[in-house]
Amino acid sequence: MIYEAGKYDVIVIGAGHAGCEAALAAARMGVQTLLITLNIDTIALMPCNPSIGGPAKAQLVREIDALGGEMGIMIDKANIQIRMINTAKGPAVQALRAQIDKKEYQKEMTKTLLDQENLDLLMGEAVAVETDDRGVSAIITRTGARFECGAVVITSGTYLQGRIIIGDVVYDGGPGNQYPATELSQSLKKLGLSMGRFKTGTPPRIDRKSVDFSKMIEQPGDEEPYCFSFMSDPPDREQLSCWLTHSTTETHAIVRANLDRAPMFTGVIQGKGPRYCPSFEDKVVHFANRDAHQLFIEPEGRDTDEMYIQGLNTSLPEDVQVQVLYSIPGLENVKMIRTGYAIEYDYVVPSQLKPSLECMKVEGLFTAGQINGTSGYEEAAAQGLIAGINAALKVKGQPPFTLLRSESYIGVLIDDLITKELHEPYRLLTSRAEYRLLLRQDNADLRLTEKGREIGLVSDERWNRFLAKKSKIEALRNTLQQLTVTPADDTISKFLRARKSAPIRDRISLWELLRRPEVKIENFVELDYIDQYEKEILDQVEIQAKYEGYINKQREQVQRFEKLENKPIPEDINYQDVYGLSSEAKQNLQEIRPVSIGQASRIGGVSPADISVLLIYLEKKRRNYEHEYGN
Amino acid sequence: MYRLRAKERVVKAMYRDDIVALSTPPGESGVGIVRMSGPDVIQKAAQIFQPYNPETDITKKAGYTLTLGWILDAHGEAVDEVLLTVMRAPRSYTGEDVVEINCHGGLLPIERCLQRCMDAGARIAEPGEFTRRAFLNGRLSLDQAEAVIDIIRARSDRGLKLAMQQLQGKLSEYLEKLEERLIYANALVEASIDFPDEVGDPDYEELRQVLQESQESVERFLAAGERGELYRQGIKLAICGKPNVGKSSLLNLLIGKDKAIVTDIPGTTRDVIDEIITIRGIPVQIMDTAGIRETEDLVEKIGVRRSRETIEQADVVIFLLDVSTGITEEDREIYASIDQERLIVLVNKEDLEDKEISAQELEENFGLLRVIRGSVKEETGLDELEQCIEAMVLEKSGSDEGMEIMTTLRQKEALLRSRDFIVSALQSLEQVPLECLSVDIHGAVEALGEITGKSFHEEVLDRIFQEFCIGK
Ligand SMILES: Cc1cc2nc3c(=O)[nH]c(=O)nc-3n(C[C@H](O)[C@H](O)[C@H](O)COP(=O)(O)OP(=O)(O)OC[C@H]3O[C@@H](n4cnc5c(N)ncnc54)[C@H](O)[C@@H]3O)c2cc1C
Ligand SMILES: Nc1nc2c(ncn2[C@@H]2O[C@H](COP(=O)(O)OP(=O)(O)O)[C@@H](O)[C@H]2O)c(=O)[nH]1
Repeated sequence: MIYEAGKYDVIVIGAGHAGCEAALAAARMGVQTLLITLNIDTIALMPCNPSIGGPAKAQLVREIDALGGEMGIMIDKANIQIRMINTAKGPAVQALRAQIDKKEYQKEMTKTLLDQENLDLLMGEAVAVETDDRGVSAIITRTGARFECGAVVITSGTYLQGRIIIGDVVYDGGPGNQYPATELSQSLKKLGLSMGRFKTGTPPRIDRKSVDFSKMIEQPGDEEPYCFSFMSDPPDREQLSCWLTHSTTETHAIVRANLDRAPMFTGVIQGKGPRYCPSFEDKVVHFANRDAHQLFIEPEGRDTDEMYIQGLNTSLPEDVQVQVLYSIPGLENVKMIRTGYAIEYDYVVPSQLKPSLECMKVEGLFTAGQINGTSGYEEAAAQGLIAGINAALKVKGQPPFTLLRSESYIGVLIDDLITKELHEPYRLLTSRAEYRLLLRQDNADLRLTEKGREIGLVSDERWNRFLAKKSKIEALRNTLQQLTVTPADDTISKFLRARKSAPIRDRISLWELLRRPEVKIENFVELDYIDQYEKEILDQVEIQAKYEGYINKQREQVQRFEKLENKPIPEDINYQDVYGLSSEAKQNLQEIRPVSIGQASRIGGVSPADISVLLIYLEKKRRNYEHEYGN
Repeated sequence: MYRLRAKERVVKAMYRDDIVALSTPPGESGVGIVRMSGPDVIQKAAQIFQPYNPETDITKKAGYTLTLGWILDAHGEAVDEVLLTVMRAPRSYTGEDVVEINCHGGLLPIERCLQRCMDAGARIAEPGEFTRRAFLNGRLSLDQAEAVIDIIRARSDRGLKLAMQQLQGKLSEYLEKLEERLIYANALVEASIDFPDEVGDPDYEELRQVLQESQESVERFLAAGERGELYRQGIKLAICGKPNVGKSSLLNLLIGKDKAIVTDIPGTTRDVIDEIITIRGIPVQIMDTAGIRETEDLVEKIGVRRSRETIEQADVVIFLLDVSTGITEEDREIYASIDQERLIVLVNKEDLEDKEISAQELEENFGLLRVIRGSVKEETGLDELEQCIEAMVLEKSGSDEGMEIMTTLRQKEALLRSRDFIVSALQSLEQVPLECLSVDIHGAVEALGEITGKSFHEEVLDRIFQEFCIGK
């Protein structure tokens, strides 16, 4: 029986990484929000690797943080190890990565949700979304509750028609033996959404006490760890190590001998898996000439002996998994705690979404996270934040909030999702961003805090911190640009000689001097030219000086890029009416319905000539309009 | 209702860069118009143009004024004598500032004039871009919109076809190799950045080698273009006449004059391809050279199918007469067998005393044809001959010639940019962080993509997953 259970502005379905951000954002923007999820004990569960961050992903977390999202703060509370990777490869691709205590992360997030004003939590399974002529109107749970609402954000992750596969054992299920959501998919299809099926997998977990670490290489954390959130101060806690080992020819022989039982190859698995995250059996087959694949053994938490084996994601039969483990140096006597598995699930084809993550077909219905065909906690959280913000704006009757590719990785992620055809689960990479040098993790706050403030997600505390930082950066920049040294200056000459740096010929500013690779900003502090600033300020200004040439070049490119992004295409355009478009362009434009000429130009099958045709069509419309209504 | 969200964001503001195009290809008169449009074109023109009157400053000139002068090359030498017209926004075809340069020389000077505009910072216009700008800037009326679209479509489709045509054969082989190497270089760098755990630091030695190979390919590609052997199809030229009229001598002269003779085109054997020379920048293939070389008289072979075919295939046939022998029966026979539209009559040996061919006789026999008098020995009449050949080529190729030049220049520009990026990457290898290196490599790949209109992003990713074992 269905009963009327209440009324909310925004309802978020699913309390994974996307759902948590969505619910918090909506509630913080002052709308009444309900977060409904299958299991309150598994809020913000990390079903796969116990780490967050890395290239592109760390940038995402920093952007979420700058906009007033939660993930960065949670990581800073729940991490057990922090490392900055790619340090030698340049400031824009440097990335923080944290090993996380999974349970602690869940605990912190659950607490944050419970403490949040305007937000209610409910355990239950959403089975249907109802609509009326204005779009989304209500959702219904398996236990018969009907909640009216103005907007819905679905963040159901890998749970829709979830199917677990371990060898020839196959059963319906969500990750980690959670139960799957079996009806919501059907309801979405009925609303006209087209759905696809993807696959992903996870490695077995093992007991720390049974591991021989003497055969492995230790991977400790950084000595002076950075934080993810611009709000956090450096932590003062013990860091745990990860361990590096590898597979052997024996391991590979075991896998090969059992390929006839591997669902990846027997046709049992039909969903498409990600190439950047292949199963171990895939690696053995496709890189047959390799004798070893590296494997990282990572703690799942501080208070548990369970450990994760990065690199060994598999759906081989359980007995084979055990043999595989025994063949790995250090794991000869290992005890397996959880079996690795593959999971297949339904996703919503994301080209049906607008940049706000609202479905084009159903007004007020938003989707975010793995349901949109992405993978990864960070990708999920970023979309959750944007969907939550836009759901709140929708019920408030305000225009949507979107970000461009040129200002954020979030913009790259969402634009890719809604514009390009998806062939495998989507993961963000730094190489997907055209303006990588501008989209650094160190300047995410400078890029986005003001925007977060405008939409009301940036607290006074964050705002003041930001303003103080910004003015310090300005001050230091000015100082460096104004302070000059001359060849007659003994201090600098001596310093340059000691650094084996060429002597200066003319008067030169410290800013210019800083462009030399061998000159570091700390040197100016040591030489007493400038005051001691916080490390983040010094880092920021040093990057701005050292990479100024590259950065300015990208800025120019961005200006050109944004001209096309800022040229809107009206929502109600009928491409069939546009004279001169190629038929392929017509079809793809009709399907993807780009919001700007810029987005249109990135759609497959749309040529520069088609773009010209579109421009002329729009101009024609404009003139007709002007003619009819005057200027 | 049509929702006009950004009326204030005028379309005009979108395209602010300067473009250049050959708007009228040189016709028989040999005059071609190179047109630049954009906010800064008058300034750009001033950089490459020297007025006759040193007092004249074209940047100060009012709209629709003409100035005579020279286009200068990078060293300040005159490329061509031109008539330059300044038009000021909004009273011009595109509604922007426009500079029109009326060149007269042949194709080569026009190409160089375009090149100079590019050197000054203008970019080669996309097919139909002038028309599009004209419309978007309100210079064409509403009811012309569909016609504008037709023009743009036609030009782009034709341009694409031309680009493809030009990229056939050897050129496409170079291109494929170059693409493959660059994509691999790009994959090496990006894999190391995005998958540091699995891939580690890139192997710089390998990277250097891949980049060097890329550079070699791009240079080979460019050289092929310089020789003209592949960019433009050029024309086929046959020389005929009775024995001893001076065919081999003329051939040797033409070949001797052109130092850039190509005889070792890879993949082709010498006796098949004949000699290729350039005449006024046009690649010219001289047919059946072997025949002439062996002093086998074409006359004797008239009636022999092969020779007739040779002449039929030729775009231009030079028919030699000997002024000292007069017009003989033999001459008339040969003449009768050649399609007149493609014929140039060269009356040779004008240096000799006894002239048996009078102007009147020529008029009577070849009245409507191009007739040139000269001497191969003294090298007179050669300029006229070349001019004549060029004019015939232009006639033959009609308006496509302009587009071909444009396509060629666009491709060349992209190739040069690609090469510069590769060179810069090689120089900064190991000196700058990987992500800065990636800017260059990426730039090289992108520039290459412009040639074929491809975007290589997905291919780079494919390559990463194919080469490196990535994943948890
Ligand atoms: C086996 C496995 C392997 C993975 N491997 C990788 C990997 O290698 N690399 C990587 O980057 N990422 C991997 N991930 C993905 C990563 O875990 C997810 O991308 C991320 O957690 C997705 O976040 P989300 O918020 O979209 O969904 P989830 O974290 O899955 O959360 C979904 C939430 O929705 C709730 N829910 C679902 N349906 C309903 C409903 N009908 N009603 C109410 N609540 C509902 C669930 O209870 C859950 O709380 C893997 C995930 C799994 C399961
Ligand atoms: N005086 C004079 N002799 C020429 C001229 N052109 C060619 N000859 C001579 O004419 C002869 C025949 O020339 P050749 O080129 O072998 O004629 P072909 O049989 O047509 O190839 C040679 O002795 C040449 O030197 C010319 O312009 N003037």
